[in-house]
Amino acid sequence: MNIELRFFASVREALGVSQEKVSLPAHVVTVGDVRAFLRERGGKWAEVLAEGKSLRMAYDQQMTDAATPIREGGEVAFFPPVTGG
Amino acid sequence: MTIRVQTEDFDLSHEVAALRAGSPQVGAVVTFIGTVRDINDGSTVAEMELEHYPGMTEKALQDIVEQAKSRWNIYDALVIHRVGPLLPKDQIVLVAVTSAHRGEAFDACEFIIDYLKTQAPFWKKEQTPQGARWVDARSTDDEALAKWAQPDG
Repeated sequence: MNIELRFFASVREALGVSQEKVSLPAHVVTVGDVRAFLRERGGKWAEVLAEGKSLRMAYDQQMTDAATPIREGGEVAFFPPVTGG
Repeated sequence: MTIRVQTEDFDLSHEVAALRAGSPQVGAVVTFIGTVRDINDGSTVAEMELEHYPGMTEKALQDIVEQAKSRWNIYDALVIHRVGPLLPKDQIVLVAVTSAHRGEAFDACEFIIDYLKTQAPFWKKEQTPQGARWVDARSTDDEALAKWAQPDG
């Protein structure tokens, strides 16, 4: 399955990437799985996306949680808690 | 209902006039403007950069305003949020709500800004004498949100 990744604010800066297309192995089927899959890259990825980090996730541009299933062509985003207004 | 995400400044009088135009049923207009402070968490702020998630930002703001419309008897609502570089004293955000009577407009306006601060994908980065830093989310913003929770969830 192929999806689009988006990173914003401090997460984008720490990872050094804002957008990326990625091909996922068959066992990666939820937003939480994507986070775990990316952690396997090690280094900054393991650190920034670690469990317990105050991180927000969105799927197809809607705030979501780890259990949300993903589909071909979907968009998964990771970012810190928002600070607008 | 109007949502705008823009780098340009906005003019309150102009926006309120546009919101009220052709609506003689309006008896109350409540507005909130958020502005850049020159000090935050003990540091002087020289400049600020506002980042957002294009596409999601507009959807999140639409969703927040629709929730407000379903909870209160309001006529119309406007949200303008600026992005890009901003200086102390600059305007950041405008929320304006019209209704027949003030109570509904006050509540809906406060609800919209409280939700925006915790749900809309904007992030502030400040330039301070100690260097650039991302602004941390505030627990008081979550507490402000909690007061709008409904018993039925």
